[in-house]
Amino acid sequence: MKALKYILVGIVFGIVLTKSEAVSWYRIYEMFEFQSFHMYGIIMVAIATGVVGIQIIKRKNIKDIKGLPIEIIDKEPGSTRYWVGGIFFGLGWALVGSCPGPIFILIGAGFLPMILVLFGALFGTFLYGLFKDKLPH
Amino acid sequence: MDFIFQTWPWYVSGFLIGMVMLNLIYFGKTFGMSTNLRSLCSMSGLGKKIGFFNFDWKAQRWNLLVVLGAMFGGFVAVHFMGDASNVVINAKTIVQLKQLGIDAPNGKLLPDALFGNAIFQSPKKILILIIGGVLIGFGSRYAGGCTSGHAIYGLSSFQLPSLKAVIGFFIGGLIMTHFIFPLIF
Repeated sequence: MKALKYILVGIVFGIVLTKSEAVSWYRIYEMFEFQSFHMYGIIMVAIATGVVGIQIIKRKNIKDIKGLPIEIIDKEPGSTRYWVGGIFFGLGWALVGSCPGPIFILIGAGFLPMILVLFGALFGTFLYGLFKDKLPH
Repeated sequence: MDFIFQTWPWYVSGFLIGMVMLNLIYFGKTFGMSTNLRSLCSMSGLGKKIGFFNFDWKAQRWNLLVVLGAMFGGFVAVHFMGDASNVVINAKTIVQLKQLGIDAPNGKLLPDALFGNAIFQSPKKILILIIGGVLIGFGSRYAGGCTSGHAIYGLSSFQLPSLKAVIGFFIGGLIMTHFIFPLIF
Protein backbone atom coordinates (compact mmCIF):
# COMPACT_ATOMS: atom_id res chain seq x y z
CA MET A 1 0.00 0.00 0.00
CA LYS A 2 2.89 2.30 0.84
CA ALA A 3 4.40 1.74 -2.58
CA LEU A 4 1.09 1.75 -4.37
CA LYS A 5 0.28 5.37 -3.59
CA TYR A 6 3.47 6.54 -5.29
CA ILE A 7 2.79 4.37 -8.31
CA LEU A 8 -0.75 5.77 -8.52
CA VAL A 9 0.46 9.38 -8.33
CA GLY A 10 3.01 8.49 -11.01
CA ILE A 11 0.31 7.03 -13.27
CA VAL A 12 -1.74 10.22 -12.97
CA PHE A 13 1.39 12.27 -13.68
CA GLY A 14 2.22 10.20 -16.76
CA ILE A 15 -1.32 10.41 -18.14
CA VAL A 16 -1.64 14.16 -17.50
CA LEU A 17 1.71 14.98 -19.06
CA THR A 18 0.88 12.88 -22.10
CA LYS A 19 -2.70 14.08 -22.56
CA SER A 20 -1.67 17.71 -22.05
CA GLU A 21 1.01 17.05 -24.69
CA ALA A 22 3.67 18.51 -22.40
CA VAL A 23 5.68 15.43 -23.41
CA SER A 24 5.46 16.44 -27.07
CA TRP A 25 8.59 17.69 -28.80
CA TYR A 26 6.26 19.83 -30.95
CA ARG A 27 4.77 21.60 -27.94
CA ILE A 28 8.20 22.50 -26.57
CA TYR A 29 9.32 23.85 -29.94
CA GLU A 30 6.09 25.82 -30.29
CA MET A 31 6.60 27.24 -26.78
CA PHE A 32 10.14 28.44 -27.51
CA GLU A 33 8.86 30.01 -30.74
CA PHE A 34 6.16 31.83 -28.72
CA GLN A 35 3.56 30.47 -31.12
CA SER A 36 1.17 29.04 -28.56
CA PHE A 37 -0.03 29.79 -25.07
CA HIS A 38 -0.62 26.11 -24.28
CA MET A 39 2.65 25.27 -22.47
CA TYR A 40 2.81 28.62 -20.69
CA GLY A 41 -0.76 28.08 -19.51
CA ILE A 42 0.09 24.61 -18.16
CA ILE A 43 3.18 25.83 -16.29
CA MET A 44 1.45 28.90 -14.87
CA VAL A 45 -1.65 27.04 -13.67
CA ALA A 46 0.55 24.32 -12.13
CA ILE A 47 2.51 26.98 -10.25
CA ALA A 48 -0.67 28.84 -9.20
CA THR A 49 -2.16 25.58 -7.89
CA GLY A 50 1.09 24.91 -6.04
CA VAL A 51 1.22 28.41 -4.54
CA VAL A 52 -2.34 28.16 -3.21
CA GLY A 53 -1.79 24.63 -1.89
CA ILE A 54 1.51 25.42 -0.19
CA GLN A 55 0.07 28.56 1.40
CA ILE A 56 -2.85 26.55 2.76
CA ILE A 57 -0.44 23.93 4.11
CA LYS A 58 1.68 26.62 5.78
CA ARG A 59 -1.12 28.72 7.22
CA LYS A 60 -3.21 25.83 8.51
CA ASN A 61 -0.16 23.86 9.63
CA ILE A 62 -1.42 20.84 7.76
CA LYS A 63 0.43 17.65 8.69
CA ASP A 64 1.59 15.07 6.21
CA ILE A 65 0.16 11.58 5.83
CA LYS A 66 2.15 10.32 8.83
CA GLY A 67 1.09 13.27 11.01
CA LEU A 68 4.47 14.99 10.77
CA PRO A 69 4.80 18.70 10.04
CA ILE A 70 5.29 19.48 6.36
CA GLU A 71 8.59 21.10 5.55
CA ILE A 72 9.30 22.86 2.29
CA ILE A 73 13.05 22.56 1.87
CA ASP A 74 14.67 25.75 0.62
CA LYS A 75 17.10 25.55 -2.29
CA GLU A 76 20.66 26.47 -1.44
CA PRO A 77 21.33 30.16 -2.07
CA GLY A 78 23.63 30.89 -4.99
CA SER A 79 23.69 32.12 -8.55
CA THR A 80 26.26 30.61 -10.91
CA ARG A 81 25.03 27.05 -10.67
CA TYR A 82 21.44 28.09 -11.30
CA TRP A 83 22.16 30.33 -14.29
CA VAL A 84 24.77 28.12 -15.95
CA GLY A 85 23.16 24.79 -15.06
CA GLY A 86 19.81 26.23 -16.13
CA ILE A 87 21.14 27.25 -19.55
CA PHE A 88 22.68 23.81 -20.13
CA PHE A 89 19.40 22.21 -19.19
CA GLY A 90 17.42 24.55 -21.45
CA LEU A 91 19.62 23.72 -24.44
CA GLY A 92 18.89 20.03 -23.96
CA TRP A 93 15.21 20.56 -23.17
CA ALA A 94 14.66 22.39 -26.47
CA LEU A 95 16.82 20.00 -28.51
CA VAL A 96 15.09 16.76 -27.57
CA GLY A 97 11.83 18.37 -26.45
CA SER A 98 11.63 16.63 -23.12
CA CYS A 99 12.70 17.11 -19.56
CA PRO A 100 13.50 14.21 -17.20
CA GLY A 101 9.87 13.28 -16.41
CA PRO A 102 8.81 13.02 -20.05
CA ILE A 103 11.95 11.03 -20.96
CA PHE A 104 10.69 8.21 -18.74
CA ILE A 105 7.05 8.68 -19.72
CA LEU A 106 7.86 8.45 -23.44
CA ILE A 107 10.01 5.35 -22.98
CA GLY A 108 7.09 3.79 -21.11
CA ALA A 109 4.84 4.74 -24.01
CA GLY A 110 7.14 2.83 -26.35
CA PHE A 111 9.23 5.49 -28.09
CA LEU A 112 12.47 3.54 -28.26
CA PRO A 113 14.77 6.35 -29.53
CA MET A 114 14.10 8.07 -26.19
CA ILE A 115 16.34 5.42 -24.62
CA LEU A 116 19.26 7.22 -26.29
CA VAL A 117 18.20 10.42 -24.54
CA LEU A 118 18.01 8.54 -21.22
CA PHE A 119 21.52 7.14 -21.72
CA GLY A 120 22.73 10.65 -22.49
CA ALA A 121 20.99 12.04 -19.41
CA LEU A 122 22.54 9.39 -17.16
CA PHE A 123 25.93 10.13 -18.69
CA GLY A 124 25.39 13.87 -18.18
CA THR A 125 24.48 13.25 -14.54
CA PHE A 126 27.64 11.14 -14.22
CA LEU A 127 29.72 13.96 -15.75
CA TYR A 128 28.34 16.41 -13.21
CA GLY A 129 29.21 14.04 -10.37
CA LEU A 130 32.69 13.63 -11.79
CA PHE A 131 33.42 17.35 -12.17
CA LYS A 132 31.27 18.71 -9.35
CA ASP A 133 34.17 19.95 -7.25
CA LYS A 134 35.83 21.71 -10.17
CA LEU A 135 32.71 23.59 -11.28
CA PRO A 136 31.82 27.04 -9.97
CA HIS A 137 28.62 26.95 -7.90
CA MET B 1 -16.38 10.90 -22.32
CA ASP B 2 -14.98 12.30 -25.52
CA PHE B 3 -12.70 14.73 -23.69
CA ILE B 4 -10.51 11.83 -22.54
CA PHE B 5 -9.30 11.35 -26.10
CA GLN B 6 -8.84 15.03 -26.93
CA THR B 7 -5.89 17.22 -25.98
CA TRP B 8 -6.47 18.15 -22.36
CA PRO B 9 -6.78 21.93 -21.95
CA TRP B 10 -3.94 23.78 -20.25
CA TYR B 11 -6.02 24.82 -17.24
CA VAL B 12 -7.06 21.23 -16.48
CA SER B 13 -3.55 19.86 -17.06
CA GLY B 14 -1.80 22.58 -15.09
CA PHE B 15 -4.17 22.09 -12.16
CA LEU B 16 -3.62 18.32 -12.15
CA ILE B 17 0.17 18.72 -12.29
CA GLY B 18 -0.07 21.09 -9.33
CA MET B 19 -2.19 18.50 -7.49
CA VAL B 20 0.35 15.76 -8.23
CA MET B 21 3.00 17.90 -6.56
CA LEU B 22 0.77 18.74 -3.57
CA ASN B 23 0.01 15.04 -3.19
CA LEU B 24 3.71 14.23 -2.98
CA ILE B 25 4.18 17.04 -0.45
CA TYR B 26 1.30 15.56 1.57
CA PHE B 27 3.10 12.21 1.45
CA GLY B 28 6.03 14.03 3.10
CA LYS B 29 8.09 14.07 -0.10
CA THR B 30 9.14 16.56 -2.75
CA PHE B 31 8.56 16.94 -6.47
CA GLY B 32 11.62 16.43 -8.66
CA MET B 33 12.11 14.03 -11.53
CA SER B 34 15.80 14.57 -12.30
CA THR B 35 16.82 13.25 -8.86
CA ASN B 36 15.95 9.84 -10.26
CA LEU B 37 18.82 10.11 -12.72
CA ARG B 38 21.18 10.50 -9.78
CA SER B 39 19.55 7.55 -8.00
CA LEU B 40 19.97 5.38 -11.10
CA CYS B 41 23.66 6.34 -11.26
CA SER B 42 24.07 5.42 -7.60
CA MET B 43 22.27 2.12 -8.04
CA SER B 44 24.80 1.16 -10.70
CA GLY B 45 27.52 1.35 -8.06
CA LEU B 46 29.06 4.71 -8.98
CA GLY B 47 28.94 5.72 -5.32
CA LYS B 48 32.09 3.71 -4.65
CA LYS B 49 34.10 5.82 -7.06
CA ILE B 50 32.45 9.25 -7.02
CA GLY B 51 31.39 10.92 -3.80
CA PHE B 52 28.39 12.65 -5.40
CA PHE B 53 26.76 9.28 -5.99
CA ASN B 54 27.54 7.97 -2.54
CA PHE B 55 24.19 8.79 -0.98
CA ASP B 56 21.28 6.81 0.35
CA TRP B 57 19.40 6.26 -2.89
CA LYS B 58 17.11 3.83 -1.11
CA ALA B 59 15.55 6.85 0.61
CA GLN B 60 14.61 7.94 -2.94
CA ARG B 61 12.94 4.65 -3.86
CA TRP B 62 9.54 6.30 -3.61
CA ASN B 63 10.57 8.66 -6.43
CA LEU B 64 11.56 5.74 -8.65
CA LEU B 65 8.08 4.31 -8.00
CA VAL B 66 6.56 7.60 -9.17
CA VAL B 67 8.61 7.30 -12.36
CA LEU B 68 7.55 3.69 -12.82
CA GLY B 69 3.92 4.76 -12.51
CA ALA B 70 4.52 7.65 -14.91
CA MET B 71 5.93 5.24 -17.51
CA PHE B 72 2.82 3.09 -17.20
CA GLY B 73 0.64 6.22 -17.35
CA GLY B 74 2.39 7.25 -20.55
CA PHE B 75 1.77 3.82 -22.03
CA VAL B 76 -1.93 3.93 -21.18
CA ALA B 77 -2.35 7.50 -22.43
CA VAL B 78 -0.60 6.87 -25.75
CA HIS B 79 -2.15 3.49 -26.52
CA PHE B 80 -5.69 3.87 -25.15
CA MET B 81 -6.43 7.57 -24.83
CA GLY B 82 -5.04 9.02 -28.04
CA ASP B 83 -6.81 10.37 -31.09
CA ALA B 84 -5.71 11.41 -34.58
CA SER B 85 -6.90 14.92 -33.75
CA ASN B 86 -4.19 15.38 -31.07
CA VAL B 87 -1.19 17.74 -31.11
CA VAL B 88 -2.76 20.62 -33.01
CA ILE B 89 0.06 23.11 -33.12
CA ASN B 90 0.20 26.54 -34.71
CA ALA B 91 0.06 26.43 -38.53
CA LYS B 92 3.03 28.82 -38.62
CA THR B 93 5.03 26.39 -36.51
CA ILE B 94 4.30 23.61 -39.00
CA VAL B 95 5.56 25.73 -41.91
CA GLN B 96 8.74 26.56 -39.99
CA LEU B 97 9.30 22.91 -39.13
CA LYS B 98 8.92 21.96 -42.77
CA GLN B 99 11.75 24.33 -43.60
CA LEU B 100 13.88 22.53 -41.02
CA GLY B 101 12.97 19.21 -42.61
CA ILE B 102 10.81 18.08 -39.68
CA ASP B 103 7.48 16.37 -40.34
CA ALA B 104 4.15 17.80 -39.11
CA PRO B 105 2.49 16.14 -36.08
CA ASN B 106 -0.73 14.75 -37.67
CA GLY B 107 -1.73 13.37 -34.28
CA LYS B 108 1.78 12.18 -33.32
CA LEU B 109 3.49 13.38 -30.13
CA LEU B 110 6.98 13.24 -31.60
CA PRO B 111 8.37 13.92 -35.08
CA ASP B 112 9.54 10.87 -37.05
CA ALA B 113 12.48 12.97 -38.21
CA LEU B 114 13.94 12.74 -34.69
CA PHE B 115 12.15 9.87 -32.96
CA GLY B 116 11.09 7.47 -35.70
CA ASN B 117 12.82 4.08 -35.52
CA ALA B 118 14.62 4.98 -38.78
CA ILE B 119 16.86 7.33 -36.80
CA PHE B 120 18.82 4.31 -35.56
CA GLN B 121 20.37 4.32 -39.05
CA SER B 122 21.46 7.95 -38.80
CA PRO B 123 24.60 8.62 -36.75
CA LYS B 124 23.75 12.33 -36.77
CA LYS B 125 20.29 11.80 -35.25
CA ILE B 126 21.66 9.34 -32.71
CA LEU B 127 24.25 11.92 -31.71
CA ILE B 128 21.62 14.66 -31.44
CA LEU B 129 19.52 12.59 -29.03
CA ILE B 130 22.51 11.58 -26.91
CA ILE B 131 23.87 15.14 -26.73
CA GLY B 132 20.42 16.43 -25.83
CA GLY B 133 20.29 13.89 -23.03
CA VAL B 134 23.76 14.82 -21.78
CA LEU B 135 22.78 18.50 -21.64
CA ILE B 136 19.61 17.63 -19.72
CA GLY B 137 21.38 15.34 -17.25
CA PHE B 138 24.36 17.59 -16.68
CA GLY B 139 22.31 20.79 -16.60
CA SER B 140 19.64 19.53 -14.24
CA ARG B 141 22.17 18.26 -11.71
CA TYR B 142 24.30 21.41 -12.00
CA ALA B 143 21.21 23.58 -11.51
CA GLY B 144 19.96 21.23 -8.79
CA GLY B 145 16.65 20.48 -10.47
CA CYS B 146 14.61 20.42 -13.65
CA THR B 147 11.19 21.60 -14.75
CA SER B 148 9.44 19.77 -11.92
CA GLY B 149 11.85 20.64 -9.11
CA HIS B 150 12.54 24.26 -10.04
CA ALA B 151 9.77 25.53 -12.33
CA ILE B 152 6.86 23.91 -10.47
CA TYR B 153 7.99 23.05 -6.94
CA GLY B 154 10.57 25.81 -6.54
CA LEU B 155 8.50 28.64 -7.99
CA SER B 156 5.36 27.61 -6.10
CA SER B 157 7.31 27.97 -2.87
CA PHE B 158 8.82 31.31 -3.95
CA GLN B 159 12.46 30.23 -4.13
CA LEU B 160 14.73 32.79 -5.74
CA PRO B 161 17.31 30.17 -6.88
CA SER B 162 14.54 28.41 -8.79
CA LEU B 163 13.61 31.62 -10.57
CA LYS B 164 17.22 32.00 -11.71
CA ALA B 165 17.28 28.39 -12.90
CA VAL B 166 13.98 28.73 -14.77
CA ILE B 167 15.15 31.91 -16.52
CA GLY B 168 18.29 29.93 -17.40
CA PHE B 169 16.10 27.10 -18.82
CA PHE B 170 14.41 29.62 -21.10
CA ILE B 171 17.62 31.33 -22.17
CA GLY B 172 19.05 27.92 -23.11
CA GLY B 173 15.86 26.87 -24.87
CA LEU B 174 15.64 30.08 -26.89
CA ILE B 175 19.29 29.83 -27.93
CA MET B 176 18.71 26.26 -29.08
CA THR B 177 15.51 26.79 -31.09
CA HIS B 178 16.43 30.17 -32.57
CA PHE B 179 20.17 29.95 -33.18
CA ILE B 180 21.32 26.34 -33.07
CA PHE B 181 18.38 24.61 -34.83
CA PRO B 182 19.02 26.39 -38.15
CA LEU B 183 22.62 25.13 -37.98
CA ILE B 184 21.90 21.50 -37.23
CA PHE B 185 18.69 20.82 -39.16
